[in-house]
Amino acid sequence: MLNEKKNKTNLYIALGLLVILYVFLILLDNVLPQNNFVLMLVPVLKKSAIYSVVCVSMNLLNGFTGLFSLGQAGFMMLGGYAYAIFSIPHEQHAAVYQYFDGGAIQFSIPEALQNVLGDFGGAFVGSIICIIIGGLVAAGVAALIGIPVLRLKSDYLAIATLGFAEILRAVFQWDGLGRVTNGSNLLRKYTSFSAMKIGNFKIGTLFPFLIATICVIIIVLLINSSYGRAFKAIRDDEIAAEAMGINLFKHKMLAFVISSFFSGVGGALLAMYQTTIQAAPFKSAMTYEILLIVVIGGIGSISGSCIAAFLYIACNEWWLRFLDSGQFFGLSVPFFRDGFRKVVFSIVIMVIVLFFSRGIMGDKELSFTGLINKIKARKEKKGEVA
Amino acid sequence: MNLPEGFPKDKKCTLAIENVTMQFGGVVAVNNLTMHIPEGAIVALIGPNGAGKTTAFNCITGVYQPTNGKVSFYDDTIVCAHPTGKAAKNYKGWNADLYKDEKEINPTPDQITKLGIARTFQNIRLWKSMTVFDNVLIAKHMRAKQNVFSATFRGNAKEEKRMREETMALLKEQGLDKYKDELATSLPYGLQRRLEIARALATDPKLLLLDEPAAGMNPQETQELAEFIKQIREKYNLTILLIEHHMDLVMGIADYIYVIDFGSEIAQGVPAEIQSNQKVIDAYLGVAEDD
Repeated sequence: MLNEKKNKTNLYIALGLLVILYVFLILLDNVLPQNNFVLMLVPVLKKSAIYSVVCVSMNLLNGFTGLFSLGQAGFMMLGGYAYAIFSIPHEQHAAVYQYFDGGAIQFSIPEALQNVLGDFGGAFVGSIICIIIGGLVAAGVAALIGIPVLRLKSDYLAIATLGFAEILRAVFQWDGLGRVTNGSNLLRKYTSFSAMKIGNFKIGTLFPFLIATICVIIIVLLINSSYGRAFKAIRDDEIAAEAMGINLFKHKMLAFVISSFFSGVGGALLAMYQTTIQAAPFKSAMTYEILLIVVIGGIGSISGSCIAAFLYIACNEWWLRFLDSGQFFGLSVPFFRDGFRKVVFSIVIMVIVLFFSRGIMGDKELSFTGLINKIKARKEKKGEVA
Repeated sequence: MNLPEGFPKDKKCTLAIENVTMQFGGVVAVNNLTMHIPEGAIVALIGPNGAGKTTAFNCITGVYQPTNGKVSFYDDTIVCAHPTGKAAKNYKGWNADLYKDEKEINPTPDQITKLGIARTFQNIRLWKSMTVFDNVLIAKHMRAKQNVFSATFRGNAKEEKRMREETMALLKEQGLDKYKDELATSLPYGLQRRLEIARALATDPKLLLLDEPAAGMNPQETQELAEFIKQIREKYNLTILLIEHHMDLVMGIADYIYVIDFGSEIAQGVPAEIQSNQKVIDAYLGVAEDD
């Protein structure tokens, strides 16, 4: 009973914080002055929301089901491409697919909906439909790849999924599919976050957070359901799980397909964020980046993945930028030049992996009541000393 | 079917293992093993170390596919195999042609469990990162009426509640309810064994396979375990097949005993017969060589 009460308090606090966050994001877009700070903060927030989805989906596979898969970038690319292909406006096709006779697909879902629902409704609903299509395409391909690949274990699974992701990237860059994927050229002009506005009221920053919240909530619900427990059983001991009647292949496939669906959604959001998409950056390096965030956050911790996604993106794109600038508080420092950021970043990561090998959160979840209790205990301690 | 002597004629045969041979490369681990387990009985499979007992278990539960032989559960064939290809050329066992015309059946362990055969492991295999409660709850997953969508979006609330209540009831019956929120691996050894049996019971089995349930237990714990096994047989209408080294336990509770050595059966009978069987004594103690 006590536990239930605690859970409820936690839920209310989380909901309250979420509402505050949403309000803050709306203010950020519409009211707050667009100074340097805000101009840095907004993209970092957007990108970290997107990476949260991808990292949580990878955590579902690596942390909760114990399948060491490295195909994340491939599935993100599938989602991103599917999103872009279905949302390029009709009159832009000739310009985007200039080397491929205007492309094979001649319609755009957001545009079609704009005729019915108006500018904002069309962009909003249309892009959500395209995002879901992106997820479904990734999930479908995962189901096909999963049939041979999920018979492998541990490192071999990682190698096979990594290989498949690279093959997918090569296929997408192939000119033979150019009428759909535009070969190795960019896809652009599709609906991006900046289209998310009602008149002058912008929700471009709120949008990725909304989608990310929904995705993370669904994954958390899944993990706490009967199926989630079965996934954890497979992670802990495959042989015992099988002996207790859990169909290994079916459950692994489920985890793989669901994880890929959300990677696809993440990829679609990334495409929206970048406003252009190309197969080249979806290399294994991107998968390693995501894996790194998952490890830093704690394998098996959803809140850890979200926190780590924000910290990683913020450090990488913002906080450690000064290391590349050649200056430190106005002083010029000779070795602060391009690429030095990467050196420092690598050292930080090494320190984390060496001394906090279980990540920020380990396999625990962030609990607000626990946090409050800790703060209270510390205050009491201080009181005693004084 | 030629049932063994002393087999109660009025009882159905729960599990019939016929001519099961398991060959790994050139090593015949189990050779032409035939066993019949009557409904409601406690049958023991004993033998010295390396005799092939656990291999026999693994053939029944779908972990290995036997090279040759057939296993049936209440008259339904659940495993059937005969040597083919390279295995047929190197086959060292008997009866290679017996099942040639029958359909090969090679189930996975979860399919076997679904039929109503649950097992425990020689080296305890509990889910380490989970609580006692969750360990039992997960075993209920197999028979729950739900799919991944209804489970995720809580459309299965009734089913989930039923599973939780049944788990709690089972834990109470086994006297494990006061440990329910502790990590499974933090329990003392004897209780971990008991939890593993409780987990197996949660899958609603008709036949329970216990792989060395008394391993690592002291005489008093072994005594308690014997009582416990008898109790659960009555309570859940179980048929039990167990592998064991502790002769006290086996002689105390088994209705019928099969003895194997080097993969082959050397004796079978009720405990009193086995105790006085010279072949069994030789197998366990060794034979004095004549000069």
